[in-house]
Amino acid sequence: MPDERQDPHSGPKTIIAPGYTFGTVTDQIATVVLTKRTPPFWFAGFGVGIVLLLLFLLSVGLLFVKGVGIWGIRTPVMWGFAITNFVWWIGIGHAGTLISAILLLLNQRWRNSINRFAEAMTLFAVACAGMFPLLHLGRPWLFYWLFPYPNTMGVQPNFRSPLVWDVFAVSTYATVSALFWFVGLLPDLATLRDRTHSRFARFAYGILAMGWRGSARHWSVYETASLLLAGLATPLVLSVHTVVSFDFTIAIVPGWHSTFFPPYFVAGAIYSGFAMVLALAIPLRAVYGLEGLITKEHLENSAKVMLATGLIVAYAYMMETFNAWYTTNVYEHSAIWHRMTGPYSVAYWSLITCNILAPQALWFKRVRSKPALLFLSSIVVLIGMWLERYVIIVSSLAQDFVPSSWSIFQATRWDWATYLGTIGLFLFLFFLFIRLLPMISIFEVRTLLPQARVQEEVGD
Amino acid sequence: MTKQLYGLMAEFETPTALVAAARAAREKGYRKLDAYTPFPIEELTDALGLHHNKLPLIVLLGGVLGGITGYLLQYYVTVIYFPINIGGRPLHSWPAYIIITFELTILFAAISAVLGLLALCGLPMPYHPTFNVPRFALASRNRFFLCIQARDPLFDPAGTVKFLESLEPREVSEVAP
Repeated sequence: MPDERQDPHSGPKTIIAPGYTFGTVTDQIATVVLTKRTPPFWFAGFGVGIVLLLLFLLSVGLLFVKGVGIWGIRTPVMWGFAITNFVWWIGIGHAGTLISAILLLLNQRWRNSINRFAEAMTLFAVACAGMFPLLHLGRPWLFYWLFPYPNTMGVQPNFRSPLVWDVFAVSTYATVSALFWFVGLLPDLATLRDRTHSRFARFAYGILAMGWRGSARHWSVYETASLLLAGLATPLVLSVHTVVSFDFTIAIVPGWHSTFFPPYFVAGAIYSGFAMVLALAIPLRAVYGLEGLITKEHLENSAKVMLATGLIVAYAYMMETFNAWYTTNVYEHSAIWHRMTGPYSVAYWSLITCNILAPQALWFKRVRSKPALLFLSSIVVLIGMWLERYVIIVSSLAQDFVPSSWSIFQATRWDWATYLGTIGLFLFLFFLFIRLLPMISIFEVRTLLPQARVQEEVGD
Repeated sequence: MTKQLYGLMAEFETPTALVAAARAAREKGYRKLDAYTPFPIEELTDALGLHHNKLPLIVLLGGVLGGITGYLLQYYVTVIYFPINIGGRPLHSWPAYIIITFELTILFAAISAVLGLLALCGLPMPYHPTFNVPRFALASRNRFFLCIQARDPLFDPAGTVKFLESLEPREVSEVAP
């Protein structure tokens, strides 16, 4: 078709590979969903997801029967793995919102190729995160007691408790992320409805697309809505991990009670989130041949964000240590000293290695431009960030004020099973998503093409 | 038959052609027109004069309502319904209310943004005459359409076809109602 042979080199510099047209972009992304042939990679990933999901269901089933005692949580370490995993998962979700909302407001158009699956990652990570506080309740089936509702017991939640703030912050975050994601999907669902040949798919995508037809009137409202939702999601995402950090800072436990936790937690969240974005994007672009849409530049930009947030996290570790010394408080001193030399020193020094030392390799362009190395470093960061939460939670609780109440935390096999199980839940949901919905925002990638610019006549 | 027409639709191959056509149609005096594109085009919004919508107001009202709800909920529960005196601390402990007030502001504003978007676009709309044009499926892929509706006072089947054809579209089709 004549319009599809425009010379892309003559246009302004774009982030996606040259040679794409509106048609080929649409077809390449939509085919992943509409094809009848599913690649073996998908079955492998989905299979791992299902096996681990079954492990999760088994652990949760056992938890319902026997109670939270199947986990290693014993006095004084009552938070253990559950809250570690909660904080880790919810942090991972933050990169999705950062990419979709903050980078939209900053007009970073390169994000258009990665925002869709990053937002999906957010949703599924929040779903996994939400499991832990609920399962940790002891009687998870009474979870609705967390919400204020008129009841015959005549009691209400304590609105002065950070744990109740968390309920509101996380449920608002989940709802707003889901809404933002769905609004972003609407035009692409219409594309799938128009491209599919199967009657059932046309019906299903048609219902979901709600009759979207790309009218200019709709687009103008739509653009306002995306901008407003981005503006709302931006303070929200910063608030969520702030509120999570309040769970710690408002307590007086040594090693928790400090004012720099909110920015430290938000930076850590974005750090681990970008690591997860890279860990997902690198295999996906290779398997589905999307290197032209998710280019090396995307990976490099994400690596740079990772490096920057990693340095903020490194600064936070240094301040944490400095503050403990500067307070001259014996409990703060010993909290940090126990972390460095006590029973959890292996975890502490591993987290320093994973989060501070290893990512320094990202300064080098040679490392940033090799997807395999980036994948490796993102996995290292994910492990490091998990260890960070583990050390903060477990070491502070295990050795707080009075040595007579100290006790060492031992994770049980069910701790590990539940944790691996949520990774299964995540993979299960994520692989369903890449099979059923376009993993790259088709309409936003179209706007990246040089042909999408309206050429104004001179003197018009 | 002509009485029952929804309108006439012209198909263009580039956004530039569509924006030029939309401007020409506005200049000619057509007002009941709409364009259909695979992605948002800012110039088109200008060309069709669509800059104002009520969504920001709806979102503002939603946010204010959410904030008031969040604050009053906590005030009612902690001061009136379930007051607990802990060491003589004030019941109306407003600093502790900030977070939930903020969260509900965002929640209500975001929900009203989405419901407002759907309401202003008239979605969900299971049927629309434009879908009767077979090539309209390409409006979600790589084609750009301009539709002049039959209810436009200047619309007359023969003249409007002639006008649309003067814009050098790929094709002009009738849209059955």
